[in-house]
Amino acid sequence: MKEKEHIIEVTNLVKKFGSFIANDHLNFSVDKGEIFGFLGANGAGKTTAIKILSGLSKPSSGKAIVAGYDVAKYPNKVKRNIGYMSQHFSLYNDMTVKENFRFYGGIYGLSRKSIKEKTNYYLEKLKMQEFEHMLLKQIPLGWKQKLAFSVANMHDPEIVFLDEPTGGVDPITRRQFWELIYESADNGTTVFVTTHYMDEAEYCERVSIMDEGKIEAIGTPHELKEQYSVNSMNEVFINIAR
Amino acid sequence: MSVSVNIQNVTKTFGEITALNDISLQISAGELYGFIGPDGSGKTTLFRILTSLLLPTSGSVMIGDLDIVKDYKKIRKITGYMPGRFSLYGDLTVQENLNFYASIFNTSVKENYDLIKDIYSHIEPFKNRKAGALSGGMKQKLALSCALIHKPSILLLDEPTTGVDAVSRQEFWELLKKMQQKDITILVSTPYMDEASLCDRVALMQNGNLLAVSKPEQIINQFNGKLYTVQTNNMHTLVRDLEKIKAFSMVYRFGENVHVTDTMSSGNFKSELQHALNESGHQDVLIKEIDPVIEDCFLALMDKDQIR
Repeated sequence: MKEKEHIIEVTNLVKKFGSFIANDHLNFSVDKGEIFGFLGANGAGKTTAIKILSGLSKPSSGKAIVAGYDVAKYPNKVKRNIGYMSQHFSLYNDMTVKENFRFYGGIYGLSRKSIKEKTNYYLEKLKMQEFEHMLLKQIPLGWKQKLAFSVANMHDPEIVFLDEPTGGVDPITRRQFWELIYESADNGTTVFVTTHYMDEAEYCERVSIMDEGKIEAIGTPHELKEQYSVNSMNEVFINIAR
Repeated sequence: MSVSVNIQNVTKTFGEITALNDISLQISAGELYGFIGPDGSGKTTLFRILTSLLLPTSGSVMIGDLDIVKDYKKIRKITGYMPGRFSLYGDLTVQENLNFYASIFNTSVKENYDLIKDIYSHIEPFKNRKAGALSGGMKQKLALSCALIHKPSILLLDEPTTGVDAVSRQEFWELLKKMQQKDITILVSTPYMDEASLCDRVALMQNGNLLAVSKPEQIINQFNGKLYTVQTNNMHTLVRDLEKIKAFSMVYRFGENVHVTDTMSSGNFKSELQHALNESGHQDVLIKEIDPVIEDCFLALMDKDQIR
């Protein structure tokens, strides 16, 4: 069998802030088209690692290749090939839905025509056409997050990084959000996602669990549950992080 | 001394938006009461009214024998409130924050140390660290310590565990259970359904309405229909495919399975489902009837509300 192509390849990645080691020799890879769950306790070093993988921060030592580019050498090429959304900052509250699409499409250099097509495509898909001219701040959180995911996918990136995309979102919308993730993965996009909902950890094809700057476990949810002889990812997580 | 809460026909509107729609609710003294609902369901608005930070548009609230409007000054003295957003001083150290809150309420850390000992001991090793530099879980513990430092009769916690990891979440609930032993009425809101089962009673909120008020086990007993868990060789498309088969109205992903509800409780549901899935190309189909958990029940209630 041909080995799967790695879209993310991390080797001995270290990030220090003064004497504090935020990422301590991380080694892992993510396959193309995979849904990869990047789990860990608050303060375990997830956000630091995501910042490095998305070209926003440089590793202290070690190497990370993302979408074919070394993040330390070609951070801007990395940025062009990825999409990013987070719970805290994704879209502009004082712009309308349409303006947000236009703004992000413009940043990624899409043509006017293409921006228009994509905007219509996503609004139709989310059944949100009537929200087109509404300000973002008037829209409930769950819908906003679905929009933010669409905007992050607008330039057809090879990978999307989702940093706690469903925090505080209701259980129905959370599940609708995951249907978007599956659809996107089925179309070949790699999804790199963090979450504190352990049922969502089970939705991932593979997960890693970080604790105090190190990756303590990595595998399919099924493998990890067997390894720790427990029935849920919640128990796996508590075993590792407590 | 813990106090009861009596909410009568409370409505709150902001311009054209109705944030709370005729809410009536009684909470007993000493109860651990959960408000479960998504962002925008009205939980925070209700908490702000209960803490006298907002006035209701209509309706009344009594905290013990104090009226939320007339006696607001007295209410503030007996209330501990932890807002959803971290609202301590990031530039003060852990210890400075705690001292500050104690002195606002004319008390000292020493006087009520017993009450916060279990919580504060987790962060005491970092007492000289600035609050802004704490991790999420530690921030929550500091905020809880500050909310408790004046020995309140009622404690309101607005989404204390949102964005907090599973381990810290579990610890936080263990601490709440301990607090309850100290004779404090605790109201807590959360978007996590699994936390509902840890409360004495819960109110499920959506769009400013109360969908259900009950003990967690009663909510589970009231589940309508039969629940099945489904696994196939293609979990990616399973939900989409099941939704295409119109007869199965309620389909939700649930960890490594998909849950399907047979609202008609018909006899041959399982074989029909098996057949339909094979038709749409799924193999290794595994269907099992299971008991619902509280999240299944909430999904059903919310689903019903959305259709209405």
